[in-house]
Amino acid sequence: MNSLLLIVALLAVSALAYHYGRRKAFAAGSVGRLHSLPSYHGAYVALWCGLPAILVIAVWLMFQNSLVEGMVLAGLAGHVADLSEGQISLLLSDIRNLAAGDITSRAPDPTVLAAAERYGNLQRLGFVLMAGATFVLAVGGLYLGQRAIKPALRARPRVEHVLRWILLIASIVAILTTIGIVLSLLFESIRFFGQVSPIEFLFGLNWSPQTALRADQIGGSGAFGAVPIFAGTLLITVIAMIVAVPIGLMAAIYMAEYASPTTRSIVKPLLEILAGIPTVVYGFFAALTIGPLFRGVGESIGLPVASESALAAGLVMGVMIIPFVSSLSDDVINAVPQSLRDGSYALGATQSETIRQVILPASLHGIVGAILLAVSRAIGETMIVVMAAGLSANLTANPLEAVTTVTVQIVTLLVGDQEFDSAKTLAAFALGLVLFLVTLALNVVALRVVRKYREEYD
Amino acid sequence: MTDFPADRSITRKPDFSDAHLRRRYRAEARFRMYGIAAIFAALAMLAVLLGSIVSTGSSAFTQTEMALDIHLDAALIDPDGTRDPAILAKANYRKIVRDAMRAQFPDVSGRRNQRSLFKIISSGSDFDLRQFVEANTELIGTTQTIWFKTSADIDQLAKGAIPRDVPEGDRRVKDAQIGWFDTLDEDGRIRRSFNTTFFTSGDSREPEQAGVWGAVVGTALTLAVTLVLSFPIGVMAAVYLEEFAPKNRWTDLIEVNINNLAAVPSIVFGLLGLAVFLNFFGLPRSAPLVGGLVLALMTLPTVIIAGRAALQSVPRSIREAALGVGASPLQTVSHHVLPLAMPGILTGTIIGMARALGETAPLLMIGMVAFIVDIPRGFTDAATVLPVQVFLWADAPERAFVERTSAAIIVLLAFLIIMNLAAVLLRRKFERRW
Repeated sequence: MNSLLLIVALLAVSALAYHYGRRKAFAAGSVGRLHSLPSYHGAYVALWCGLPAILVIAVWLMFQNSLVEGMVLAGLAGHVADLSEGQISLLLSDIRNLAAGDITSRAPDPTVLAAAERYGNLQRLGFVLMAGATFVLAVGGLYLGQRAIKPALRARPRVEHVLRWILLIASIVAILTTIGIVLSLLFESIRFFGQVSPIEFLFGLNWSPQTALRADQIGGSGAFGAVPIFAGTLLITVIAMIVAVPIGLMAAIYMAEYASPTTRSIVKPLLEILAGIPTVVYGFFAALTIGPLFRGVGESIGLPVASESALAAGLVMGVMIIPFVSSLSDDVINAVPQSLRDGSYALGATQSETIRQVILPASLHGIVGAILLAVSRAIGETMIVVMAAGLSANLTANPLEAVTTVTVQIVTLLVGDQEFDSAKTLAAFALGLVLFLVTLALNVVALRVVRKYREEYD
Repeated sequence: MTDFPADRSITRKPDFSDAHLRRRYRAEARFRMYGIAAIFAALAMLAVLLGSIVSTGSSAFTQTEMALDIHLDAALIDPDGTRDPAILAKANYRKIVRDAMRAQFPDVSGRRNQRSLFKIISSGSDFDLRQFVEANTELIGTTQTIWFKTSADIDQLAKGAIPRDVPEGDRRVKDAQIGWFDTLDEDGRIRRSFNTTFFTSGDSREPEQAGVWGAVVGTALTLAVTLVLSFPIGVMAAVYLEEFAPKNRWTDLIEVNINNLAAVPSIVFGLLGLAVFLNFFGLPRSAPLVGGLVLALMTLPTVIIAGRAALQSVPRSIREAALGVGASPLQTVSHHVLPLAMPGILTGTIIGMARALGETAPLLMIGMVAFIVDIPRGFTDAATVLPVQVFLWADAPERAFVERTSAAIIVLLAFLIIMNLAAVLLRRKFERRW
């Protein structure tokens, strides 16, 4: 919160620097004699004043916590030498809570109390130092910047140069995100595969991630064979596609080829509402309405249907994906040149014959791409399956039974209490890596297929 | 070129018979019907979905209340007559409420029966009474008729969600409680009023005390962080890629990367947030700050893609005119191109924010699924958001939480509709064809 105030104060000082620089430029000579407009002189001073200081704040905030924690732990060296990683992180969180004045998980002993005090002091010291450094940099920058102001100063090119760099950095954020995703998944997965062999993970048939927390605990064998999870994901995805592809594709064909512009303008937004509904709503609907409905129907005809059946989750997920398939296919079908249709009609084909024998083959690439994107969406979908699919990893192809999926397992492994170095927690990251790689491959292939298709008719 | 196949039997003769033509026309009609059926199936699912949510959720906007004649006994509330807030806050309001209940039903005796009797009034009623007294200190010593919320079970009974005709053992409300409720009803001591608690309070274990306000505030804080980060960064990235970037392998890589990032499952962003923001940088769990950061990274590709499309639609002539009168490239963009592209960028941003508003999975990863009663007051307080609140309530076993979950969904959908309407109106008002 304090850092936020500091940043606001810095921005205010920079705004003042802007006005000061502008005034000084006006004073330096008539506007005609200046190389750049006075506002650029103002911006020049403001950048000198604000930019170095804000960079320092950013770097400081990034590293202060780990630095302070390292120092506190070093002070406790005798105390923590024989503790495991998990115990250290517990100790640290106790220290943090004590320093913030909150209650802790157990009665603190004097060393921990002392450490908490030291932690609090170091944090405050860090903030004071940061504020001091910011102040010095801001004032120093202001002084340097305003000293440079004279009529001949090439303020505009210099300011624009800096701004271009800022723009470039903004566009690199997206790359950094990808790198962050890959590194964090990879790093934790490697730790996981240090404990569980990748062969067992990818080909093992038994999944029960409950590891024993204490050595003498019974139960929880800790088997990490992910095949049942992959099979469950596949089953639900297949059900979803069986629902979404025919409905989505037929809706797209009707809207592109048959519907009048008025119908189209009404139906298309209505279908897109389906895409805009949050997935948690679908999950609630699946768990509360569709699941029990199927179960009831199953009971009345004597079929055993699990209340969290794959069918219910897959059906609702299919409904969610309909607009995805239909709008992508709609674009693709509309891109087929009119000349192909005209040629087909001229040979005496009916409209449906034209669609089936000319337009669909011509747009097959694009439709396949759309379906691949939809599959990737279905595999990565989380809330519907978390709420409506089961938790137990059954290896079955029966849609009436409960199965579990990759995303469900990630959520159940990571929500709640976690110990960050246990195989159970790390397994979630390994599953996340598999999920990321599979969806990435699907997306790359799909985007390439769609792009190739576009080029065909451009 | 001219060697037609000698064997004519492999080329089919066209069949011009009426029967064949009729078959083709029937196939045509059938195909058309499939299309209409597909659209109706999709729209029917939409209608069923929304219909079921609205029909279960609308009853949560009202709450059953019962009137009690409360004797605001000065000896119990404020024995010294000082009206000191600290003393008023400490008085035993539970006893006052229970005395009033006993007075209402004097013939209920025995501990078990009395405990059963007290279960028909909300367990938060002593708190409500305290607030009433603190607001009306001049009424201490008098007897007032005050409306209290009934407990969630009685509320469900009054709304007909708990059927009366099943055996007593199968329902949560006992026969005696139904009897007391009916007596109160006959005396005109039962009413249904607008459920303000639902809109003003945070989460609670008691359905009748639970509200969405905490989640709404958490959502607002989270989305504020998302907007502050993703909008400027997204616009700057779009401007760079569209206006300044040289066309080389690097920019190609950035472009492919952004397109792929837009299709990465949202839960993976949650894993990123957990590993990087929580474990590496040590930011607080469950905080809107972290939620906002994660959602910002997720929304960024949407904003960039929308921004680039909007910038592309500004014609070249605008840029050339500006450059022609001596503007620098950056001035051209910031004075002319960007303002003209702004409606498109804003539309894209609102749509991205709407998607972020409905997002649940990544927030589960960073611990925003906690049970949080307090209304969050800052970006680092523990908070939850509307979709996660829906998820939490959907898991709660009480019957009364079902209607509240649906009501929370209605609130969520209302926000989504407002945002999407804003996007549509913005597009209508400022859309320009060049």
